[in-house]
Amino acid sequence: MTVLSVRGLTVRFRMRESAPVRAVTDVSFDLAAGECLALVGESGCGKSVLASALLGLLPGNAETAGSALLAGAGDDPATDLIAADEAILARTVRGRRVGLVPQSPAAHLTPVRTVRAHLTETVRRLTGTRGRDALRTATEAAAARVSFPAGHLDRHPHELSGGLAQRAATALALVGDAPLLLADEPTTGLDRDLVDRTVDELRRHTGATRALLMITHDLAAAARIADRVAVMYAGRLVEIAEADAFFGTPGPRHPYARGLLDALPERAFRPVPGRPPELAALPAGCAFAARCAHADTACATQPPLTGGLACHHPHTAPADLVHPPQAAEAPGA
Amino acid sequence: MLELLSLTAGYDRRAPVVRDVTLTLAPGEAVGLLGPSGCGKSTLARVAALLHRPDSGRVVIDGEPARGYRHRAPRAQRTAFGVVFQQPRQSADPRLRLADLIAEPLRATGRPEGAADKAAETADTVGLGSDLLGRRPHEVSDGQLQRACLARALILRPRYLVCDEMTAMLDASTTAALVGVVEEYRRETGAALLAVGHDRVLLDRWCDRTVEWSELGSRHDGLATAKPPAEQSPSVR
Repeated sequence: MTVLSVRGLTVRFRMRESAPVRAVTDVSFDLAAGECLALVGESGCGKSVLASALLGLLPGNAETAGSALLAGAGDDPATDLIAADEAILARTVRGRRVGLVPQSPAAHLTPVRTVRAHLTETVRRLTGTRGRDALRTATEAAAARVSFPAGHLDRHPHELSGGLAQRAATALALVGDAPLLLADEPTTGLDRDLVDRTVDELRRHTGATRALLMITHDLAAAARIADRVAVMYAGRLVEIAEADAFFGTPGPRHPYARGLLDALPERAFRPVPGRPPELAALPAGCAFAARCAHADTACATQPPLTGGLACHHPHTAPADLVHPPQAAEAPGA
Repeated sequence: MLELLSLTAGYDRRAPVVRDVTLTLAPGEAVGLLGPSGCGKSTLARVAALLHRPDSGRVVIDGEPARGYRHRAPRAQRTAFGVVFQQPRQSADPRLRLADLIAEPLRATGRPEGAADKAAETADTVGLGSDLLGRRPHEVSDGQLQRACLARALILRPRYLVCDEMTAMLDASTTAALVGVVEEYRRETGAALLAVGHDRVLLDRWCDRTVEWSELGSRHDGLATAKPPAEQSPSVR
C-alpha cells in the first residue's frame, strides 16, 4: 500500500534582491508501507527543504507546485500535504499522520521541561488519554517502546546523553502511531555505534505498517537500513535505486552518485570534483554537467528522470567485469 | 614536536574528564584520536590547542612549556595552533561576512594590511568560491561554512592543526575534500595534526597512526610505548 505519493514537487524561495532559489525541482517518488527510503545528497542540495515541504513548515517566501498525497486511514481520502491549510496540518497531520524524528534532539526538546513532561503532553494531545494514572501508564509505555529507561524520565534534556536524547525524540515521534515517519538527518553528530543503534531502532519501528523517509548525508546509515535510495542533486532527484544494487553490485548509475560513494574513506576517499551549483543560478541543462567527466553537448538539456535515472551518460554495468574490486568494497556490509 | 604530559583536565576539579593522559605528536605527524562521544577527547583537544587550562600536567610546544592558556597564552604559542571544531555554526560569529571571518585571526594579531587579499587566497585553497565571501553564515550551507572555518584556521600558517570532529556534520564528498585540503597544507608546511573523531575508518585513512582514547593514560605514552603498527590494528590477531 502506498503511504506517500509525491508528484512534481517544486519549491522556490522568492528573494528580495536576487533570483529565486530553486531548492526543490520536480521531485516525484512513492513510498509504501513497510518501506524505508533514504534520501541522500550533499549539504545544500534541498533535502531538508523537501522535508519541510512535507510537513507544511516552509517559510513565507516559499512558492510550491506539485503534490504530496498522504494516504488516509481506511476509507478516508488522501490528503495533499502541499495544498492542505495550516489548520488541517496542525490538527490532523503533524504528529498524527506524519511523525518527525528531528535532526538535533537537543534542540528539538524544550530545555526547561523533563522528558516525562514532553511525553505526557504529547500522549494527552495525540491519543486523548485522560486521568492521572492512565496518563502515567501511557507515558511510561511510550518511553518503554524505545527502551528509554524509566529512571531517566524526570531528567531534563541537558542531563541526557546524545543517545538517550535521540530516543526521547523518537518516542515523541512514535506516540501518534503515524503511518509516515520522517527522519531529517537523525544521526548527525552521533558516533558510529549510536548511529547504528538509532537507525536500527527507526527501522524496527517502521515495521510492516509504516513507511520511513530518512533524509541523510550519512551513506553508511542509509546502506544499513534503506530498501531504496534516492539521490538528490541541486534540488532534483537524479537516481532512485534499490539499496542493494546501489551500495553493492552493480553500484550507482548516475556519475554523481558514483562520485559520492567514491568519496567514502573506505573507498577511494576522493571528493566529487568542483562545487555544487548555486540553487539561485542553476544551468538550463544538467546541473551536474560542470563537474562531470562524461559531460558533452547533450548535457545542455535537462535529462528527464526515466527508469529511476536522470542522466544522458549513465554508467553501465560492465558485462566483462572490468572493475571486479568495486563489488568487494560495499560499505556497511 | 607537541607533548601533552600527564594531563588532567575538566570542568570540575573533583571530577576531571581527562585523567593523567600523555600523548606526543612527532614533527609533521598526523595522529588520530579515537573515542566515543562524551569520553573527554574534545577537552583534551582544547587543552592541546591552549584553549583550556588543565588542572595538572604540561603542554610542551617544540620544547618550550606552554606559558598560559586561553587569552593568557602568549601570542607566539597561541598562533602555533589552528583549530577546527565540529559545529561550524557554533564557531562562527553570525555577524561576520565569510571574508571577515577568515581574516579575523590576521586582524586579531595586528596584521590588518592585505588581510582581505590573504583571506580570498586562503578561501580559494579550501575550495570556497569568491562569490560566497560576501555572505554571512546563515546564507551558506554547513559544508561551505566549515570550509570557511578551515580557512580561518590555516590563515596564520600554524605549525599544529587540531581538528575536533571537523567532518562529523558533513557529507562524504565534503569530508574527503576538507581532509584533502588539510593534507595539502601539511605537505606544503610540514605541520603536525591532531584529528579527534569517532570514525575509525576515516581516521585510519587520514592519519599516520590512530590512538584509542581507552589506550591513553598514565601507563600508556602515545609515543614512547607506541605499539608496532601491526599490533595497533584490532583486526590483526
